[in-house]
Amino acid sequence: MTTTKNIYFTKNHEWVLLLEDNTARMGITQYATEQLGDIVFVEVPELSSETAMEEEIATVESVKSASEIYAPLSGTVTSVNEELEDSPELVNEAPYEAGWLAEIHYTDTDEISQLMNQSAYDAYVKELKEEEGQ
Amino acid sequence: MSVIADLKKTPLYEYYRENQVKLVDFGGWALPIQFTGIIEEHAAVRNDAGLFDVSHMGEIWVEGSEATSYLNRLMTNNIAAIKENQAQYNAICKENGGTLDDLIVFKLSQESYLVTPNAANTDKVFDWMNQHLGEEEVTIKNDSAEMGLLALQGPKAAVILNKLTSEDLDDIKPYHFKAHATVADIENVLISRTGYTGEDGFELYLDVDKVEELWEKILSVGTEEGLKPCGLGSRDTLRLEAGLSLYGHELSEDISPIEGGIGFAVKIKKSDAFIGQQELKRQRSEGIERCIRGFELVDKGIAREDYPIYSEDGKEIGYVTSGTKSPTLNKSIGLAMVDYPYSQLGTTIYVGVRKKKVAANIIATPFYKR
Repeated sequence: MTTTKNIYFTKNHEWVLLLEDNTARMGITQYATEQLGDIVFVEVPELSSETAMEEEIATVESVKSASEIYAPLSGTVTSVNEELEDSPELVNEAPYEAGWLAEIHYTDTDEISQLMNQSAYDAYVKELKEEEGQ
Repeated sequence: MSVIADLKKTPLYEYYRENQVKLVDFGGWALPIQFTGIIEEHAAVRNDAGLFDVSHMGEIWVEGSEATSYLNRLMTNNIAAIKENQAQYNAICKENGGTLDDLIVFKLSQESYLVTPNAANTDKVFDWMNQHLGEEEVTIKNDSAEMGLLALQGPKAAVILNKLTSEDLDDIKPYHFKAHATVADIENVLISRTGYTGEDGFELYLDVDKVEELWEKILSVGTEEGLKPCGLGSRDTLRLEAGLSLYGHELSEDISPIEGGIGFAVKIKKSDAFIGQQELKRQRSEGIERCIRGFELVDKGIAREDYPIYSEDGKEIGYVTSGTKSPTLNKSIGLAMVDYPYSQLGTTIYVGVRKKKVAANIIATPFYKR
């Protein structure tokens, strides 16, 4: 996976990678894909739509269920991964790379401080896995 | 969040823990949704074979000289019409026609039947059977905790089972069974040519203490045939492709078997009167207001349980009872309870998928036929 200082995570298991010019790319984490199982349909966000942090932005569907995906940051959707329409399995295969969902031009840089960094997210997932193992 | 260890356990529970199979709360039972992946397991059953632990299903023995007439009074199908070693799909109804459960009845003899309710309904059905026991010469025994059940399903099921038994499997026709068979040196196995996947296959009822042994033996001889262990996720997608109703979805105490898509198991004219007969007879003669139908999405999306269904002019006309992306057909399919005027094949309906209305067509079931 991507090992960069510029990646952040939400409690709902979205990742967001800060690019240049206040643009961020987002997707769902490896842990999220493991929980969902085989992904068979992705409803990507609408291009140019405005979104607020933690607002529903996309839907990822496995054979079994539909899961809402929430915007990690407020802003405008500037790009969506159109490959997912025909190849939703990319989200399972490469959740941090070819399986990205959208890019957002974010407006409020303060929001980033509300997200988890890599080590905080790793610890969060470890805790969840321990709970599951009971 | 429920703690898995507190749930009811099938005889494979320790096996699942040792093999680190992820378990979920399935109606109070600790069971796997998948071993490796729903799509892979689904494909294994369609192309080769799959093995399911369905030991959570109930087993109730009904025995005695009046067992046949007693069961015929409770069940909607004609129990008197089946022969020894034959199985029959049935509904058990309340007076108002609502479905208490759907189940299979196995006739071992004129005086001995095995009835297999859904796991979540077993206690309810057992209580109902006791409540409706009059002066009849019948004994009822709930053996669910002592009996386990494995389902071996798929085109290679017979080839695999044949390696483990000297029984002539060709003699066991669909919806027939052989009791007291020996499989993998395990005695007293009931081999039934039934299933819930739309494929050929067998269901093997046996002593709970022998389930793990049989599970491992079937897997060891089946792997070279492409056999895979399968979880409840693929069981659901397989039954949905086969257009089979599932209790709690297409059937419930508020849905009659005629409405719920299993009218073929209702025999109004059989010689014994049965509970729910009057209402079911009325539904047959006067018609029903709603019914379960299959549909296929025309536009992109996936229909899920409880999504609303609309007519062309925007009227709400029903709801989705089951829906998925069919792994075999690669189409979005589902079953829905729709108002009768909209149930004709070819009718265009609209499924409310979040903020959108997605067009769909009513089509014939099964969606998939082997």
